[in-house]
Amino acid sequence: MTASHTLSTEDLTLGYGDRAVIEGLDLTLAAGNITVIVGANACGKSTLLRSMSRLLVPRAGRVVLDGKEVHRTPAKELARTLGLLPQSPVTPEGITVLDLVGRGRHPHQRAFSRWTAQDDAAVAAALEATQTTELAERSVDELSGGQRQRVWIAMALAQQTDLLLLDEPTTFLDISHQIEVLDLLTDLNRTRGTTIVMVLHDLNLAARYADRLVALASGRLHAAGTPEEVMTEDTVRTVYGMDSRVIEDPVSGKPLVLPIGRHHATVADSAAQTVPSSVTRPAGSR
Amino acid sequence: MSAPVVPAPPTLRAVTRARVRRAYRRRLLVSTLLILVVAAFATTLMAGHTFYPASDVLRVITGEQVPGASFTVGTLRLPRAVLALTAGFSFGIAGVTFQTMLRNPLASPDIIGISAGASAAAAIAIVTFSLSETEVSALAIAAALGVALLVYTLAFRDGVAGTRLILIGIGISALLDSITSYVLSRAGDWDLQEAMRWLTGSLNGTTWEETVPTVLAVLALGPVLLFQSRNLSALSLGDDTASALGVRVERTRVTVIVAAVGLIAFATAAAGPIAFVAFLSGPIAARLTGTGGSLLVPAGLVGSLLVLVADFTGQYAFDTRYPVGVVTGVLGAPYLVYLIVRTNRAGGSL
Repeated sequence: MTASHTLSTEDLTLGYGDRAVIEGLDLTLAAGNITVIVGANACGKSTLLRSMSRLLVPRAGRVVLDGKEVHRTPAKELARTLGLLPQSPVTPEGITVLDLVGRGRHPHQRAFSRWTAQDDAAVAAALEATQTTELAERSVDELSGGQRQRVWIAMALAQQTDLLLLDEPTTFLDISHQIEVLDLLTDLNRTRGTTIVMVLHDLNLAARYADRLVALASGRLHAAGTPEEVMTEDTVRTVYGMDSRVIEDPVSGKPLVLPIGRHHATVADSAAQTVPSSVTRPAGSR
Repeated sequence: MSAPVVPAPPTLRAVTRARVRRAYRRRLLVSTLLILVVAAFATTLMAGHTFYPASDVLRVITGEQVPGASFTVGTLRLPRAVLALTAGFSFGIAGVTFQTMLRNPLASPDIIGISAGASAAAAIAIVTFSLSETEVSALAIAAALGVALLVYTLAFRDGVAGTRLILIGIGISALLDSITSYVLSRAGDWDLQEAMRWLTGSLNGTTWEETVPTVLAVLALGPVLLFQSRNLSALSLGDDTASALGVRVERTRVTVIVAAVGLIAFATAAAGPIAFVAFLSGPIAARLTGTGGSLLVPAGLVGSLLVLVADFTGQYAFDTRYPVGVVTGVLGAPYLVYLIVRTNRAGGSL
């Protein structure tokens, strides 16, 4: 396991047109970890991911991978270390799973180079890791949402990068498929040491699957650290402008966010007094 | 590199087998198309109102004087067949390039005004200014590039969305077609056959002066597109994914557009905007290959085959001689209608 690549941003400012989306961001993403970025809509999460993978040129500051500025690294060289699965990738009509996954080999090939045994091995390994071997000859169009997402992840895996960025990999999936995808990413992280950075909307899944959480609020870093450090009622209030209770997730022991909303404020108040001790976080339990 | 992950032997075998099978199928298809193109080319040279055996045709090609054949084959049929070959190839390969890049079968250069631009420029150059062959080609290329740039600029708003580009292209195309019609209507002694060349495309009266530039264009620009073919496949997964795979999206797009527009322009300057060849070749090639692998060469060969067969049909199958564009138009128009009906039913991409 040699996944020791460090990705960081230094005083990074990003924007579209006149609008700055991210301002003066300093962030280091720990190698070998699963980092989840959370934040309200339009807070710059996707923009940040796109910039990290060279899709968006910074207005100021820089993105640095292993001491080299990402935007000065040759595109293919970067694509052998850093992969990105965009939020809504385009599936060409009629493409088969095998073909789509094979496209992930692009950074390892040249214009007229032949397909190698190594390419085959990478594709086969990606299919296995995502349990899509059985689907190999099927057309991607006819797969379920969960299967399709696994196939896209397989495409990114065939790229064989040590770092994988994913923009909302669980959007449009039902809860069981969300868990399936997140479990798969955790497997990759644990068995291959792949550094994973992803944007998630679901705070509870974010807290459960992240080694480290990054919370952005209006283009600035609000908090970064372990889920326990970051996912507090204060954070939820600052980042989302919403009151909540944060309790311990009885399944994972991680923080669990319960939004309150206008109609349940009184219930939440009374619950605060009568909450059973088994649900509140035992002091000093970690 | 990540810790090397070794796939289970059965999976690896399955993947390898599928890949080998596909490569075999593709080679088979390309060879079959190649044989068909050669057969159509040979037929065009030999058959007609007078039949010349292959031996005569070969003697003419190698430069011998053969009574009758030297004129009919050498002067009339050969340049015409070569132009059918190269123009068809140019339309096919450029058409599929646009369709792949813009991820829409409607986005072919003959639908979005690029051929119309080259055609209008060529018609004006010849009818109004009586320019030479080279000047006509140069003007057609400039106009095609200009139209491509115009359509692209008008359609650009935070990136190019396929639908907007296609609708704008169709509008520009109609405008340019009306200019062509106007110019032709002002040409006093303009004969209908020649007028058809600029309206639907025709190979009638083709000479080497028209043919040679298209041959050179295919030899120069074809390889440029082939060199970009892997980048083009990656681009069909969306700009973000392509970029994440290490494709320099903008550079690829500009290179590919210039090369494809150049091919279209040279072919149009010589043969007119042969209707629907650019539009049809890609989808036909895609049906034949199934998915996987680049469509560039198959689409080019399909284009050549379409033009060779359509021209031969137009010349000899009916009592009247029809220009090639009329024949391909008859094939293409129903497909266009089908495609529009189908996309609207799907409700999405158009």
